[in-house]
This record gives sequence, structure tokens and C-alpha cells, in this order.
Amino acid sequence: MDIRSALFYIFASVLLVSAFRVITVRNTVHASLFLVLAFFQASGLWMLLEAEFLSITVVLVYVGAVMVLFLFVVMMLDVSVDAIRIGFWKHFPLAATLGAVVSLELAGVLMGGFRVGVAQPMSLPQGLPAPQGIETIDNLSNTKALGIMLYSNYLFPVEIAAVILLVAIVAAIALTLRSRKDSKYQDPGEQIKVKASDRLQIVKMAAVIDLPSPPVQAPPTDGTTAVEKPKS
Amino acid sequence: MNVTLAHYLTLGSMLFALSIVGIFLNRKNLIVILMAIELELLSVNMNFVAFSHYLGDMQGQLFVFFILTVAAAESAIGLAILVLLFRNRSNISIDSLNSLKG
Repeated sequence: MDIRSALFYIFASVLLVSAFRVITVRNTVHASLFLVLAFFQASGLWMLLEAEFLSITVVLVYVGAVMVLFLFVVMMLDVSVDAIRIGFWKHFPLAATLGAVVSLELAGVLMGGFRVGVAQPMSLPQGLPAPQGIETIDNLSNTKALGIMLYSNYLFPVEIAAVILLVAIVAAIALTLRSRKDSKYQDPGEQIKVKASDRLQIVKMAAVIDLPSPPVQAPPTDGTTAVEKPKS
Repeated sequence: MNVTLAHYLTLGSMLFALSIVGIFLNRKNLIVILMAIELELLSVNMNFVAFSHYLGDMQGQLFVFFILTVAAAESAIGLAILVLLFRNRSNISIDSLNSLKG
């Protein structure tokens, strides 16, 4: 067994174990951490498949962004651990049957063929016009080949993907935004519309008022001047 | 013995089956269901990358790129809906999502 096969079996077994832990572990925080482990194993497998760019991307995008988002949400929601385990064992027979059926069917299909053991050299897509000045992508790095195809034949899908991401940002913000009743904010329209009479009250009063004279009292002995409250 | 395409496809199918089992088991926990959907997309991506490598076609990896985009958008919106759900219902069980009487 060469080193690549050994690495494949290590990565695959850890991936399956961590995926199993994701769906069975009690604590949701642990589940998301096992999912992080699963993504790292998948990244290693893709590195074995010489898809280096995607291998790094899955770590950056999934572990760096999506799983942090998951962890934020898990820690933000106050969900009791016992309440979410109700019905776990009730659904277990159905789930196990379904999983066995799915894996047996897929194994039945897959065992018949797909015994390709040797990788073909990377070629340009058949039936699509080749990018200008590019004859072959076999001698290029994975990232460069991906970039050449992404920005020539697949330019419109890239823009659609950008629009999808924009829609996702807008939707996520619009869904979770809520205006609190006690929040203080400025309304520029109200600020412009304000008149002097709204803010300033002019009171008519006499310029000089004769105060009633305070009663005469002896000053205190310690030297400080005592201010006497006027008797009302 | 060399690692063939069938190895990767079998791994992908086992991952897919595990994530379907996870969706059925965690009926009370929408977060784990979202994680199982992420695992499902990962298994599909695994198939794409394996085919791309063994058949020598770069388009499989391009599809994985777009699937990653859609999966990120899906999880962002899904988690936003989850937060809204928890705010309104105080739990994240999908059994309580029966307002539409479907």
C-alpha cells in the first residue's frame, strides 16, 4: 500500500466517523466542531485528488465562514439539550432502514464499474470554444487552469453566482433585522421640518420681581455663611 | 492496491447516506438538519472532484465552485430563518412548523 492509499483510508475513515458524530452527538456545539473536522478531512481528500484550489477554498469558506456562522447561531439560541433529543430513538429504525437502502443501492450501482485507477491528464472542456491563446491546461497549475476557465467559458455563471451571494446577503439581513421600540434614532425629515416654536417657548414675565425680604438672623458662630431656605 | 474512482464514489455515497439518516434522526433540531445538508453537499462535491480527477475534465471542479457558492448562500439564509423561528416559537423543532397545514 503506497502513501496515497494510506492517506486516502485515513482521511476517509476520519471523515465518516466525524460525519457520524455530527448526526448523533448530543451537544450541538460539538456537532458543529465535528463538522469542521469533517470538512478538514474532505479538504485533505481533495488535495489527494489534485484539486488544490478547491481544497483550500473549502477550508476558507466552510471552516472560516460558514461554520463560524453556525457556531454563532448555536451559541446565540438558548436551546435545551434534552428537548432536542425527543424522538431521536423513535425515528431511529426508519432512519437506519433508509440509510441502509440508500447505501446498498448506491453500492450496487458503483461496484459494477468505475474501476478507473489512473487519472487522465486535464483537458479543456469538449464542445466549448477554447480560451484565446490557451491550447492545453495540463501543464498549468490547478488554480490557473480553474481561473482561465472561470473567466472565459464560465463568465456568466460567475456573475450569476455573484448575484446569488448578493441576494443571500440582502435576504439574511432583511430576515433578521428588527427595529426595537426603545431604540433611539434620528429622523432627518423631522429635523428639517422643525420650527422655532416647537423647541423654544417665549414666556412673558416682568423684568424685575420684588422678592420678599428674608428674615434677619444672626450668622453662625463657625464663620460659614448659612443659606436659609425661605419659608414658603 | 491503487485507490480507484469507485473508492471515492463509495465514500461519497456513504457520506450521503449518513446525512440522510441525520436528517431523519434529528427532527427536533433544525441546526443539525442544516449541518446534515452541508454534509450532503460535501458528498456530492466529493463525487464531482473525483470524477474531475479521474476523467481529466476541469468542469467538475468548476461545478464544485458554484455548488460552494450556493451552499454558502443556502446556509446563510437557512440560519437567518432559524433565528427568526427561534424568536417567534422559542424552539427549533421542525414538528412545530405546521402553520401551513401541509
